[in-house]
Amino acid sequence: MPEIKKVDCRGLACPRPVIETKKALESMDRGTVITVVDNDTARENVTLFARNTGHGVEVEKINGNYHIAITKGGTGETRNEQIKELTPAVYLVTSSQLGQGSPDLGQVLMKSLMVTLSEMDRPPGALLFLNTGVMLTCQGSPVLEQIKILASKGVEIISCGTCLEYYKLKDKLEAGRVGNMMEINGFMTDSTKVITIS
Amino acid sequence: MPAIDDPNLLVGLKTSDDAAVYRLTDDLAIIQTVDFFTPVVDDPYLFGQVAAANSLSDVYAMGGKPLLALNIVCFPNCLSPEVLEQILRGGAEKVAEAGAIIAGGHTVQDDVPKYGLAVTGLAHPKKILSNAGASPGDFLVLTKPLGTGIINTAVKGGLAPEESAQAALETMLELNRKAAEVMVRSGATSCTDITGFGLLGHAAEMAQASGVSLEFWADSIPVLPGVIDLAAMGMIPAGAYANRDFLTGRVNVPENLKPEITAVFYDPQTSGGLLISVPAAMLDLMTEEMKREGVRASVVGRVRERESAPIVLL
Repeated sequence: MPEIKKVDCRGLACPRPVIETKKALESMDRGTVITVVDNDTARENVTLFARNTGHGVEVEKINGNYHIAITKGGTGETRNEQIKELTPAVYLVTSSQLGQGSPDLGQVLMKSLMVTLSEMDRPPGALLFLNTGVMLTCQGSPVLEQIKILASKGVEIISCGTCLEYYKLKDKLEAGRVGNMMEINGFMTDSTKVITIS
Repeated sequence: MPAIDDPNLLVGLKTSDDAAVYRLTDDLAIIQTVDFFTPVVDDPYLFGQVAAANSLSDVYAMGGKPLLALNIVCFPNCLSPEVLEQILRGGAEKVAEAGAIIAGGHTVQDDVPKYGLAVTGLAHPKKILSNAGASPGDFLVLTKPLGTGIINTAVKGGLAPEESAQAALETMLELNRKAAEVMVRSGATSCTDITGFGLLGHAAEMAQASGVSLEFWADSIPVLPGVIDLAAMGMIPAGAYANRDFLTGRVNVPENLKPEITAVFYDPQTSGGLLISVPAAMLDLMTEEMKREGVRASVVGRVRERESAPIVLL
């Protein structure tokens, strides 16, 4: 059964409202935590925390206080499956070319893939670039234009920091941002569908 | 407050600067500043050091050299006098490291401990670096990474990784002495230290006082380890939101920049670094010398002609 928990954080100074909300969420498998706060700092911080930890968030102002409803897990099996259906795929790109064989062909195929992705109605959730894949997000990449289009559609574009460092591309990054292995791994484990391009 | 037009008052209230500067003779000016606050770290000895480094910073930000300091203390009766002793010992050691002297002070009883210094420094009147000297084309250099406010908030919540807490402490303990010495001899045009108003708040003051706009490159701004993750967890202090709201309409932010990243640029800093404007011709010389001296200087932006928004984030 989904639980409902109310956490009254009125009068608490930052960062207590976030800490109390976190504790309440951790104590349940699925359900809703309603955190009540009385100031904008707490509202913004609790909302930011809940969104970035992958929870659903709704805020309502009642009598000068903010009631922040945070949903953990689905409310039922069918809804859970719906969410799974709707979760966009994550692409793990570990090479600057697509497939083994002729490098020229590999480059053409990679471009073709990126053009296709950039034209999809429901674009992927994230593109994660590792190893020589990071060359695609840097200056001189033949697919920079497509990656920038994807970024403008809200697709997370993340290039592995260690790889950028290794290929001395750290100051040549043109699209998206730098991420570490923990973050990249987080995307892969949180996503229901990971597609590897190598 | 009433305006003052004494010609010897080289820097006063008008430009929201870090310290007051008064010309004594043609080649000697006196710098005065005062700053004190409640503990930002639990250890009283370290708190004393951080508070002193923070107070001394205003003299460095004007291009001066600290000479004398006076302790300012608020302290509750219920705490052991040993705690106060440790705060004062920390402060005294930091002042000694700066090559200055603690010559006295004053204590009042209060519910919450507070500590800081009133500092007097010296400089050549023609070498004062106010925040009003930045010119279009100059580059902007920042000498410490950002994020002490966010990390200190996360420490309070028990969520800061050890590495982040340690890095924040080290940066707060670091004097701006070397950065200031190099800056003065390498032709900087303007300087301010980054404290409570955050990078963009102090930058807005510099832009206003200098009659220019400042462009910052978000990707080049150095941040302490783990700060973005902690900000994304909602460990953003109220001061950062207050700074952001105060600057509404004056900062041009790209839409795709995430709130946890912009929060770091508004994050109030304790004992933060110097933000320095320097002509292009002197930039490499200055940053290389800073690096040799162990200062983590980064080029973070450029000065533009004045436009509608004083701060433009790229």
